[in-house]
Parts: sequence; C-alpha cells; structure tokens
Amino acid sequence: MIAEAGLAALWLAAALALLQLGVALAGPRVGDVRSIAVPAAVAQGFLTLFAFAALIALFVRTDLSVQLVAANSHSLKPFIYRFSGAWGNHEGSMLLWVTVLAVAGAALALLERRLPAETIRATLGAQAALALGFFGFLLIASNPFARLYPAPAEGQGLNPLLQDPGLAFHPPTLYLGYVGLSVAFSLAVGALITRDVGPALARAMRPWVLGAWVLLTLGITAGSYWAYYELGWGGWWFWDPVENASLMPWLAATALLHSVNVLAARGGLRAWTIMLAVVAFSMSMVGTFLVRSGILTSVHSFAVDPRRGTFILGLLVLYVGGALALFAWRVGTVREGARFKLVSREGALVANNLLLSVILGTVFVGTLYPIFVEAVAGEKISVGPPYFNAVSGPIVLLLALLLFIGPLLNWRVDRRPNLRRVALPLGVALLALLATILSGASMSLLARLGLATAAGLAVASFLPLVGRSLRRAPLATWGMVISHLGVAVAIAGAACDTAFTRETLTAVRPGETAIVGPWTVRFVGVDPVAGPNWTAVEGHLRATRGDRSERFDPQSRAFSDPPTETSEAAIRTFADGQLYTVLGRQESDGRWQLRLWWKPFVTLIWLGGFLIALGGAVAMLGRLWREWRQRVRAREAWA
Amino acid sequence: MTASPKNQRLLLVAAAIVALIGATLLAMWGLSGKAAYFRTPQDIAAGRADIGQPLRLGGMVKAGSVQKQPDGVSIRFVVTDGPADVPVLFRGIVPDLFKERGGVVAEGRLQKGGVFVADNILAKHDERYMPPQMGNLQAEQKTRETVQK
Repeated sequence: MIAEAGLAALWLAAALALLQLGVALAGPRVGDVRSIAVPAAVAQGFLTLFAFAALIALFVRTDLSVQLVAANSHSLKPFIYRFSGAWGNHEGSMLLWVTVLAVAGAALALLERRLPAETIRATLGAQAALALGFFGFLLIASNPFARLYPAPAEGQGLNPLLQDPGLAFHPPTLYLGYVGLSVAFSLAVGALITRDVGPALARAMRPWVLGAWVLLTLGITAGSYWAYYELGWGGWWFWDPVENASLMPWLAATALLHSVNVLAARGGLRAWTIMLAVVAFSMSMVGTFLVRSGILTSVHSFAVDPRRGTFILGLLVLYVGGALALFAWRVGTVREGARFKLVSREGALVANNLLLSVILGTVFVGTLYPIFVEAVAGEKISVGPPYFNAVSGPIVLLLALLLFIGPLLNWRVDRRPNLRRVALPLGVALLALLATILSGASMSLLARLGLATAAGLAVASFLPLVGRSLRRAPLATWGMVISHLGVAVAIAGAACDTAFTRETLTAVRPGETAIVGPWTVRFVGVDPVAGPNWTAVEGHLRATRGDRSERFDPQSRAFSDPPTETSEAAIRTFADGQLYTVLGRQESDGRWQLRLWWKPFVTLIWLGGFLIALGGAVAMLGRLWREWRQRVRAREAWA
Repeated sequence: MTASPKNQRLLLVAAAIVALIGATLLAMWGLSGKAAYFRTPQDIAAGRADIGQPLRLGGMVKAGSVQKQPDGVSIRFVVTDGPADVPVLFRGIVPDLFKERGGVVAEGRLQKGGVFVADNILAKHDERYMPPQMGNLQAEQKTRETVQK
C-alpha cells in the first residue's frame, strides 16, 4: 500500500504542476496568482515529500515486493544504509531531485513577496514547467515504486562503496544546491517574460543563489572527502566527469553570486546576471544528464537505459533551449545597466566573472569532448587530470590574485584606489615564493605559485576589515572575508598535497617495517573481524615518529550482498598532516601489501571548502537579517 | 575610460567574447596534448596506438592470466576483448573490484615490446559493468535474472 500511495502522490503532484502552469499561462484572467498557483506549489512540495518518505519507509522495512528495494537493498543492511540507500540508486536519487525541486518551488511560492504579482506568476509558471518535465521523467521512465511479482526472498544489497555515512549527507546536500538554482532560473525566466529585470529581482534572487551555493559547496567538499577516504586512492579530486558535473554548476553559481551583487547594489550587469542564472541551473541539468543518462560509467551511474538518457536530453534541450531563446528574444528590452569605470568594484567583479566563465568553459569542453568525439568520430578518448590541471590551475591562481585587490575597490568609480594596502599581501606572497625556493624542496611550479598565492591571499582576505569597526562591519562583509580566506586555505591544502606528499608501496611480513615521510610503520599482523553484513581482515600497524607512537587498523572488507571487496583505509590527522594507511592483499608467500601516504596539511583542502561555505552562510544570514529589520522598521513607520 | 552605457555594454560583450574564445583556445591547446585515447586490445593489435603516448586500455582481465611479481606489489596480467590480448604490467594495489574475467581500464603507456605499463587501474565500480564491446545486454540479462530469482 505504501508504494501505491507514494505513486499516487506523485501523479497528483504532477497534475498540480500542470494546473500551476496552466494558471500562469492563462494570465490575469483567472484572477490572483496567490489563490491557485501558490497553494498548488505548496501542495506539490508536501506531496513529493510524502512520496519520498514512502520510499524511505519501503527501504527501511526492506519491502522486497518493490523492484527498486529488491534490486538495491538487503534485510541485513544496517539501519542507516537501509535509510540512505533509498537514494543510493537511480530512481531514488531522481525522486530526491524532484522532491527538492518541488519543495524549492513551494518555498518560493510561500516566501517571495517583494516582486510584482505578474513576475511572481511568470516565475511560478517557469518553476511548474520545470517540475512537470521531471515528474514526467520520474513517472514514465524511472518509476521508483514499481512492484515485482513474485517478491524475491532477499534483496541484492547496496554497492558497499555506498555503505558509508557519506551517502546520508553528500547527495541530499548536493541536490539541494543543484536544484536550489532552479529558483534563480525561474526568477530569471519570469523577469524576462515580464521585462522586469532590475535590482529588485537581484535582491529576490540573492538569498536563493547564496543558499544553493552554500549547499553546493558543502556537498562538493563532503563528496571530495568521501572519495578521499573511501576509495583508498589517496586522491581528493579525480576530474571524473561526475565530479565535473557538480563543479560546473558551482562555477556558474559562484559567478552568479558575484554578479547578482552588482545588480542589487548598482543596477549593473543586468543581461549578464540573467544569463548566468540560466546557465547555472542549465549546468545542474547537464550534470543530471551526464550522471543519470548512463552515458558515463561510474559509481554514480546506476543503470544503463538509453530511454532515460533520451528523455533527460529532451528535457535539457527544451528547458535550456527555451530559456536561451527567450533570452535572445527579450535581451533587447533589458535596460542598460548603470555604468562604471574599469577600476572599480564592478570592474573587478566583471573580471572575476570572466575568469570563472573561462574555467567553466574549459571544464565543460573537457568533460563533453569525449562524448562528442565518440558520437562524431566513433573514437573513444578520455580527458583526465593532465588536461584539467594544466588548463584550470593557472586561471585559479589568476583569480586568487584578483582577490588581493577586488574587495578593496569602491563601487562605481575608484578615483584613488588605495593600492598601498595591496603591497602587504603581495610582499607576503613574494616572501613565501622566495621561501619555497630557498628551502630547496623540489616541487612543481604550480605548487610553488599556489603556496605563495595562498599565503598572500590569507593576508589579503582580511584587508577589507582593516580600518573598520569590527562590530559595525556588516555580516555580508564578514562572509566575504571568511569565504576568501577559505579559498586561500583550500589552495594551500591542494598545493601542500601536490608538493609534500610522500608515498610508500611495499609488501611486508609481520614484524617488518616501512618508512614513509617522518614515520616508521611496523606491521604487527592481521586479525579477522566481522561487521553486520561484512567480514574483514584487519591489519595492525604501529606508526612511530620521534617518541610518538600511533596504532592504525586498516581493513580489507568483503561484502556478500553484492559480493564485493572494499578497503577501509585507516587515517589519522595530526597537527601537520595526515597519515593514510591502506591494507592490500596477501601474497602467496605470506607478505601483505601496504600502501602508506604521509600527506602534510592535506586537511586544509576541506577546511577551506568548509570556510567558503561558512562565509556564504554568514553573508546570507546577514542579508536576511538586514531585510527583516528593514521590513519591521517600515511597518513601525507605517503604524 | 568614460563610456556611454551603450558602449560599455558593447565593451562587456566584447570582453565576454574574448573570454569565450580564450577558453576555447585554451581547451583546444590542452586537449591536443593531454587527452588519452581509449584503446581496446584489438585496436592495439591493429597498430592503432602510438608507443609511449598516454592511453587507456579497456577490456576484460583474461582468466588465469594474473601473475604476481616477486616484489609483492607488482602484477602482470592480460587484458582481452575476445580476439586480441595485451600483456599489462602494473605496480600498485589493484582496486577491490579487479578480478579475472572482470572489466578493467588500465591507464598507462604502451612500451616497445608490446607490453602495456599501467600507472593506474580502474576496475569499474559497478560489479555489473562489462566493456560495451562485450555486450551490455548480457550484463542486463544477468541482472534481471538475479532480481527475479
């Protein structure tokens, strides 16, 4: 019954989306937008939440008469993975996608009160059109509630790589970010339809963009750390197409986040901001297409079904094509933005946007080029880290250098830019560069420049606070400072990882030792251990450095449903880095393979990602708080 | 740099176009030297692979071909796609899903003697994966049977 109720809720929600779209298209003739479209949007949010809860209930109870559960779950799975396993598969994750889309639509309908009624009507219409397409995809091509007769005695289990707490956190956060951008998309489309592109639109759009961007940043950071510890490869970013699929919307959203400020504060960059809002969500859909169409084979693509790919591609063409056509048609009616000088805050933000767009363009080309070549020439190629590092690395550093000066410039026109303050971070960067050269450490040029830039940026990020009362500085400024510091921290972590990581790969007998970086690691032996749905061989290592001695217990796990082996790395974080140990296989002569990494300051990468997101959250709270106070004050003045 | 709004818009458009062209040129430069071609053993047998160029070799691990080397961390095995075989040498811990008769992609370079030296091995995450040449239908069939069992 639960499955049928969930399916019915989805159909009902799809019907409501159709109604909402119809009301928007009918225009003012059917009366106030709030009387039909808003309740319809809110009801869709609740109905999809209900359907999603139904799917979780089916997974938690391991109802094997539901095909999806039988194919992806197992009654012996621990509770948390029966719960999060609901979205560890194609249909479930698409249901999560649609749920987030519908809930975002409901929140938009409920909360957005500043824009004129006609713009809200058009926006809700655009949101309904998006929802309708994805409801269709779910119901026609990926029904999560399909029954299976007769029900099997046991399910096939969840891919063990996904049996990790990361699954409970990473996909929902990422999807909230991906799909949160749909609101910016709908607002942009709505504003184009009603020819109402201005600072008010930017102020309405800003919290959504900020919120989506914060979640996207957190989701990407969490996914990166998950891949780092779960895959046991010691890497934190592989330029896998699926990772790029999440990076592209992030890059577009980062550009949008900055341009929307220019529109809100100065009324400039109108058409550009609209374009970015369209591009950002388009990138989310491109990502969904790449991951869900089965065009890529990876941990994220759960099934190969050409119908699905065609369906998503159709939606993609319809929405992106439609929005771009609307943009081309209406861009002439968008008023000219306010003008500004090259050396001004706006000028710096334009440069920021252009550089981010270049990175986005190169990542986009690199990700889609193999698919294009295969379709056109029938040739299979892969574009990997050598391409992406070489192409995007230098631009990232250029962008970081821009951060030295951009936040110090004034809006509109900076007659006398206070460039003396930039001397301090530049000096720090040069000193750091000199230090890396004098230390004699061998490292790549990019790593050297990365360390220098990070050192300078760490200082530069605080400069906007210099000479201000720290208490009076707006939260948005604090948010900017924290995020920019996060960029410095993340770059430092990435550069340290490239420059200083030491790796040892060896085969040892119990009692023998291996050396990695400053650590001496003694292999004590192995023991069998067992978990709820796996058995494992656990290695015992004793790592010593000076008088410090630590115990490591990496495991090699074997799961029975599905029959798979995974390695659980044992990792410990110290003040100056991480020691990362992986137990390999046993050789026929009794030796065990060990892979050891000493990774100085590698955790800065994720700390930086977290700081970037934290800054966004602080800025968003600051903006919302300020608006709320203004509204209260306006109401008091009225009374 | 005083520009009327109209000129300023043109300037911005020009800057955007320059950025777009720059990105494309940069991408083309990167792709020309750094893209790795995906080859199957049949391609290599037909001479469609340059010695010493970065390549991805895809196929199945031939049954009974995995040989461990004395250092304990190197292995030799054979990648096959049916008609053709390529010997591979790899130093490292093989991924968890690497097994005989399993799908595999080896990243590395082809040496003069015809041995492929891999610096990275990707066994497909999904245990249901088979190289496309070997027919996804087969894998799907198997999956369906298991579900219906």
